[in-house]
Amino acid sequence: MARRVLPGLPLALGITLVYVSIIVVLPLGALIFKAASLGPEDYWRIVSSARAVASYRVTVLSALAATAFNLVFGMALAWVLVRYRFPGRRFIDALVDLPFALPTAVAGIALTALFAPNGWFGSILGLAGIKVAYTPLGIMIAMSFTSLPFIVRTVQPVLEDLDPALEEAAQSLGGSDVSIFLRVILPLLAPALLAGLSLSFARSLGEFGAIIFIAGNQPMETEITALLTFIRLEEYDYQAAAAVASVLLITAFLMLAITNILQARALRYTARG
Amino acid sequence: MKIRLDNVIKTFDTFRAVHGVSLEIESGELLALLGPSGSGKTTILRMVAGLEFADGGHIFFGDEDATDIPVRDRGVGFVFQHYALFPHMTVAENIAFGMKVSRVKREKAAIATRVEELLRLVRLEGLGGRFPSQISGGQRQRVALARALAVDPKVLLLDEPFGALDASVRRDLRRWLREIHDELGITTLFVTHDQEEALDLADRVVILNEGRIVQQGTPEEVCREPNSAFVVSFLGDANRLPASVSSGRADLDGAQLAAPELADGPAEVYLRPGDLDWSTTGSGISASVIRVIDRPDARRVLVQTESGHALELDVPPETRVQPNERGFVQIRRARIFARTADQA
Repeated sequence: MARRVLPGLPLALGITLVYVSIIVVLPLGALIFKAASLGPEDYWRIVSSARAVASYRVTVLSALAATAFNLVFGMALAWVLVRYRFPGRRFIDALVDLPFALPTAVAGIALTALFAPNGWFGSILGLAGIKVAYTPLGIMIAMSFTSLPFIVRTVQPVLEDLDPALEEAAQSLGGSDVSIFLRVILPLLAPALLAGLSLSFARSLGEFGAIIFIAGNQPMETEITALLTFIRLEEYDYQAAAAVASVLLITAFLMLAITNILQARALRYTARG
Repeated sequence: MKIRLDNVIKTFDTFRAVHGVSLEIESGELLALLGPSGSGKTTILRMVAGLEFADGGHIFFGDEDATDIPVRDRGVGFVFQHYALFPHMTVAENIAFGMKVSRVKREKAAIATRVEELLRLVRLEGLGGRFPSQISGGQRQRVALARALAVDPKVLLLDEPFGALDASVRRDLRRWLREIHDELGITTLFVTHDQEEALDLADRVVILNEGRIVQQGTPEEVCREPNSAFVVSFLGDANRLPASVSSGRADLDGAQLAAPELADGPAEVYLRPGDLDWSTTGSGISASVIRVIDRPDARRVLVQTESGHALELDVPPETRVQPNERGFVQIRRARIFARTADQA
């Protein structure tokens, strides 16, 4: 084997495996162990309680809506940042990372202040009869705020590498803008979009800090699963907390598995024969 | 389709890429736009395609003014230097793309038949199911050509079509493109910086420099009757020697050349290495050999004249010559141009 710059396989593999075990596998293992210490009947009773199911519903639906919004807006933002040169472009580019850098609780408080019935946005939206704070719509806004960078940052590099000659070729062949977007650009962005979508969705499922301030946290209506887990922890009911959390974990895991399969399909063409 | 450019101008920001170019491309002609990088050749091609728009002047397709028609309605086939194949589509899907997105609806079966036909034309039968990443560079360029031909373009435009390929592949593809052109009779315009490619392939060559046409004509015309020092040095290796002209004769390093059309004054003499002979006795420019470079078809001799100018000459392979030998350079053919201010 050729000599590599970085330390050899045994060392590198050893370090990474130990790291992954301690940081990722151990806590998840503990979670599953805790949940499994309930009997199947207790487990089912806890995860299928009306309050838990309502929290799944509100969490998953809000996360889906937030992700769908980010898909459109994030892609447009990435497109503008890559394809156009305008004053302030680098500033906006830097702003995209802000939701990552900002403590999510700070974001939550700021969003609540803005969207509360007497806030800047909330008072205007209130005139139109739209209530944001303390409704699922508020949850959705908090989720899309914290997960926007995922879509932008995964799509951006792929867009930068997209050869403009591909679009010119498609135009010279008579393609309309819509058909070029649907047949050429979108398929080439699909793997990156899927990666961004899955990360954005997973982040939205697990988001806590930004949401609890704006959501109102009404059980059965605006209570998210992560909060329910937290409440069970506060009640020292660790098994119930683990059981509810395991549902989130399984959902995230399934979703990542599905996106991986879709991504492999979308990248079929890169396989060499 | 006959194409006519009438005083076409293109400016990028403050840089004028094309200065009032007028050009006619006859129906069915294969024309090369030849020039160094920055000469505006690609910009001209892209304006004909509709990928760029002229700031002044007109472009006619037949009798129709096509200057402002966008590329998707112009009916041109464009082949890009780096192929620009759609990487996520198979070879067959790439070729079918233009027919699928066309406003003219075609039956699926008709498209498939046409794709097969084009694959045969570009000699890629059986490769329709491959992805572009799975075929060679030469094959990709042929797919790109088939894709451009699929929409029955009025004119075929190729931007440095063989620039990214190996020398041997390039030579084969050149011959093959000529055959396809002769078979289809489609008006074809291609851009190249490789003079060998232009001379080998084109019916007519248009030589450009700094956004202007310097000379146009058949390969024979531009080779035998170059109209400027630029054309001589761009078309092939040439030695350049300063000379002075008086009463119709140029004087350089002891040799005399007839220059009946030139006024008295400083001039430049261009000598092709193959137009020079070497002998150890006799007349000519006295020089000594610096180095000999052996090539399959000739020996290239680098000499220095007594006045200190370096010359290169190609002599037959059997010539006996070695470094430090003294002798004489004889001139069989030369091009003499008056020295212009910008060359000084």
